[in-house]
Order: sequence, then structure tokens, then C-alpha cells
Amino acid sequence: MSLSVRARVAARDVDVDLEVAEGSIVAVLGPNGAGKSTLLGVVSGLLRPDEGCVELDGRVLTDTATGLAVPPHDRSVVLLAQQALLFPHLTVAGNVEFAPRSAGLGRREARARAAHWLREVDATDLADRRPHELSGGQAQRVALARALAADPHLLLLDEPMSALDVTATPVLRALLRRVLREAGRTALLVTHDPLDVLALADRAVVLENGRIVEDGPARQVLTRPRSAFGARIAGTNLVTGILREDALDTADGLVHGRLDPDCAPGLPAVAVFTPSAVAVYPELPHGSPRNALRVTVAELEARGATVLVRSTTGIAAEITTAALAELDVHPGSTVWFVVKATEVGIHSTAVRSQPRTAHDEHGGETEQVDHPTGDDEER
Amino acid sequence: MSGPSATGLRATGLPRWILVPAAVALLFVVVPLLAMVLTVDWAHFPALVTSPASVDALLLSLRTSAASTALCVLFGVPLAVMLARSNFPGLSVIRGFVLLPLVLPPVVGGIALLYTFGRRGLLGQYLDALGIQIAFTTTAVVLAQTFVALPFLVTSLEGALRTAGSRYEDIAATLGARPTTVFRRITLPLVLPGLVSGAVLAFARALGEFGATLTFAGSLQGVTRTLPLEIYLQRETDPDAAVALSLVLIAVAVVIVATVHSRGKDPVR
Repeated sequence: MSLSVRARVAARDVDVDLEVAEGSIVAVLGPNGAGKSTLLGVVSGLLRPDEGCVELDGRVLTDTATGLAVPPHDRSVVLLAQQALLFPHLTVAGNVEFAPRSAGLGRREARARAAHWLREVDATDLADRRPHELSGGQAQRVALARALAADPHLLLLDEPMSALDVTATPVLRALLRRVLREAGRTALLVTHDPLDVLALADRAVVLENGRIVEDGPARQVLTRPRSAFGARIAGTNLVTGILREDALDTADGLVHGRLDPDCAPGLPAVAVFTPSAVAVYPELPHGSPRNALRVTVAELEARGATVLVRSTTGIAAEITTAALAELDVHPGSTVWFVVKATEVGIHSTAVRSQPRTAHDEHGGETEQVDHPTGDDEER
Repeated sequence: MSGPSATGLRATGLPRWILVPAAVALLFVVVPLLAMVLTVDWAHFPALVTSPASVDALLLSLRTSAASTALCVLFGVPLAVMLARSNFPGLSVIRGFVLLPLVLPPVVGGIALLYTFGRRGLLGQYLDALGIQIAFTTTAVVLAQTFVALPFLVTSLEGALRTAGSRYEDIAATLGARPTTVFRRITLPLVLPGLVSGAVLAFARALGEFGATLTFAGSLQGVTRTLPLEIYLQRETDPDAAVALSLVLIAVAVVIVATVHSRGKDPVR
């Protein structure tokens, strides 16, 4: 076990217990204020938990029971934040040399190490620039080089791509993939982007209200989410309800779909389907489809060539702008959302009432059937 | 100035009547200066400001102000960092004490210093036993000036530190830099403009110091008689000399204000 965190921070109502295997990257998902930054703060030592223990590579960094709190500079844990936060009074090279110099390396060695990492992030030609002369993407690449030059045991990535523009994001994502995944680095990655999770993380945990409510292989959390936030981040619809004989009884109506083997009548479950599987009709279409939900439109969200029509109950339908013009849909209008039953997956959430143990107890049998993963080795 | 600022006023919707008291305030500062400049006896100006007493006073003022600015930086910077970066009960009380010399009449400060460093003072009696005398020496001038100038440096730097925030320092710490390294390589360089303007303000305050100096250090030519004291004395005997020296002091002050102002606009980020 490379990293183990157990922390309770009363002021922010955070209570987490997380273990990260050496060389793996764990994505931390969750809505704003869920406690993601608090978790990173506790691990980096910038924040002291009221109660808890942090251990990295067999070394105890924080232990409230003994009063131990290793200061941030002595943890070998480096933070890469949303803003690059390059030291404005130093050149790019000076920034990257900062950690090696702080570690006591000579000027020449530090310079060589900085040159190496600048090459790794394709920023060699930026070495003599000042931070204010860089674009957001360039600055974040340099910040990554600066972080890696510290040769940390653990990297904390706090939404490193959220402040970048659309062209810079894929570049940095590919770069992170190269320098983190291929080098087998251990990292915690806070993100809002499912692409980051798929590209970088082995595993994903979802934090809600300061608790881990979902924990599983990254792909599984995205494609078969059990928490509301997991579904939102994946852009997937997630409708909760109680199972009847062959359908899910939800607030929006009955939803039919492919039932998981462990689904049983009377138990809570979720229906999962993508917005693109939802068709929008002004009137109930003929032939009475099995899944027709009468909804009120809450908002329209442009997504390039398509538009996301979101209902007041949170279900999203993705339609073309042409279809939207024909439908005359606007917030407040009532429409029918129609979904093919074959496009809907229904998963049991029977033990979700105790979120922290839900996955452990639940995941074992059903997930392993069709998703054999290394997840269980970590427990 | 009138063209663009007049449109600026309309654009921001300021009431027009505000121009009147604003103009009065400005004139209140400018007119007395003008009045003095008009009184200067330009024919004798060079002779007046280069008399031995004047030169002694000016040099002493510059020397002691430089020394007290150095003391302010040496002890004020750590104090400002402590006020800006730490959080403990009683911090606001400490901040209040630091600001006290700003509102205290300088004469009172001088008396307080006399009862601390004077021959019979709290610390002075022990220093006297060791053969060290401070009151009525050039050292006393430096201490008096430091006493009144310190809050200027501390508050100005504390503001700069708070504005800069601690995010860079946090990052530097996670990169493995010890607190001393962070302080030396990140904190200080980032607030350097604030430190410079604070030091310049402290220097200016030290240069103009009168009450505390007179009370605690006396007025001995070449030893404790700084330029403001010289001006005050000359005013009794030779008003023309006093006006000429005042103009010198104004010139120095203008240079200082200009320096601070251009510094404040310097974008070091």
C-alpha cells in the first residue's frame, strides 16, 4: 500500500478513508464543496485533520493520535493546482530548478535536472521566459515540470486542466498520461472531466458531502455509476427508483431496461442511459414506446452541433439544433422523453443506504462477473 | 487633466458638487507650499542652505534616517510577516501596539523613550552602569526616528503580504523548501515592491521627525540637531534660512513620494 489516508475534518464535514496502491492514479470526483481539496490539503500537510492518519510508502506523515505532523516540505508530496502558480519573479528554468535547489543540489546539477524535465514536457525553448510571458497551457506544462523535478513520492493534481482552453487541455492530458502513467507514478487526480478519468486514472472515487460514496475501477464508475455525481460527470442520465417486476418505478414514470442479475423487486435501483439515447417529442408518439416520460424542460445547453435538453428532474436529452428548432422547446414547456429499453441499464443500489461500505459489500459479486478488475487486490 | 477626468466623473456618476470640497482639499495642501516657495529669498538661497549649521543638520538627518530605516527593515520585516501570516489569540492587540506610535504625539513618544533609555530609565540605568549612554546622543536620534517610523513599514508590508497571499508559499513548501528558504526565495521577493515603498515611507517619516527627537535627544549641532530641529531654531533668528531649509526638506519629500508612487505602479508579477 503506497498511500493510506484516514482523515476527519470537522469544520468541513469531511470524513474519508482512502488507500492508493503504489504506481496507481486515483481520480477523485465530486461536486464543489464535497471535500476534494480538503483531502489533498490533508495529504500535502497544508491542512491538519482533527483526527486521522496519513501514511506514504510506509512512512507516517500525519498521526493525530501521537500528534505527529510532518511539515509539507518534508513529505515528498507535490501539489499541481488549477493555476500554474509559477513563481513570478523567477524564470521558467528558475522555477523548475527551485525544488532541486531546495533539496540541496548544486547549481549545476539543479540546472541539469531542470533541463531534463523541461525537455520531458516539451518546454525547453521556454526556459528563459518569465511566467507572465507564457500561455495558460505552457505555464501548466512548466508547473508540471517543476513538480516532477522535486521527484515526489506522490503527486496531487487539483483540477490541473480546468483553467486551460480547449486546445491546451488535450495536450496537457496526453503529456500527463506520458509522464505519469508510463513512469508508474502514484497520484491523486481531482477532476471534473470524464476524459481525464478515462485517460489517466486506474481507479475513481466519488466524494459527496465529505464521504466517499463510490469507489471502483475508473471505467466502471464512468459507465456504470452508482452515485448521482458519477452519472453527471459522465454525462449519463441516472434515474433512481424502486424495482417492480420488470421495470423501475421512478418519479418520472416507469422505466424499462436491461436488468442486472442482482436486481430484485422492491429494492432501490438506478436506470442509466446516455442523453443521446433520448428522443424528444412534443406529443406522446404513436406505437406507445415502453419508456415515455412526461417532463418539464428546465434548461437548454448548447453543445456545438447538438443541444442538451435538461428536464426539471435532471434527465438530459441530446438532440440536434435542427430538431430543437422544429420542436419549439424552451424552458417551462412540457415534452415527452422517449428512450429505447435496450439503451437503458438498470443497476441495483440496494445497499446504498450505507454509502461508505456500499461498494465493498455490493461490488464483490456482481461487478466481478462482467468486470474482473484489480480492484479487489487493493482491499 | 481636466478633459479626460471630467468625462471620467460623468461616466462613473459622481455628483458634481463633490468637485468643490475636493478642490478645497487639494488647494489646502498646495497653497501653503506655494506661499513658502514665493517667500524664498532666492538671492541668498545657496548661502543659506550651505551654512555649516545647515549642512551639519542635513547630513545628520540623512545619516540618522538611513540608520533608522535600516533598523525598521531589520526588525519590522519579521514583525510584519508575523502579523500577516500567523494566527493566534491576542494578535489584534499586538497589531494595536504596533500602530500606537502613529497616533501618539511624538513628544509623548520621546518622553516614553527617555524613561526607557534615559540615565534613570527602565533599561537605561543598567546601560549606564555599563558605561553606555543613549539619551541626548546620535543613537537617541536614531531610536526616536525608528520608534515613529516603524509602524509605516510594518503596516505597508503587512498589507503587501496579505495581498500576495500564501499560495506561492504553500507550493514552495510542497516542493521541498524549508520555511527559511521559502521566506528568502519566495516571500521576500514577492513583496519587494511593498517592502521598498514601506522603507521609503519610514525614511520620510524619520526625516521629518521632530518632537520625539527634541525630547529624547535634545538639540546639539552635529550630534542631535536634525534638519527639522534646525529649521525650528532658525525660524527664531533667521526666518529666511528656515524657509530655505524647509524648501530643501520639501524637495527631498517630493522625490520620496514620487519614488513610492512609481514603485506602486510597477507590475512585478
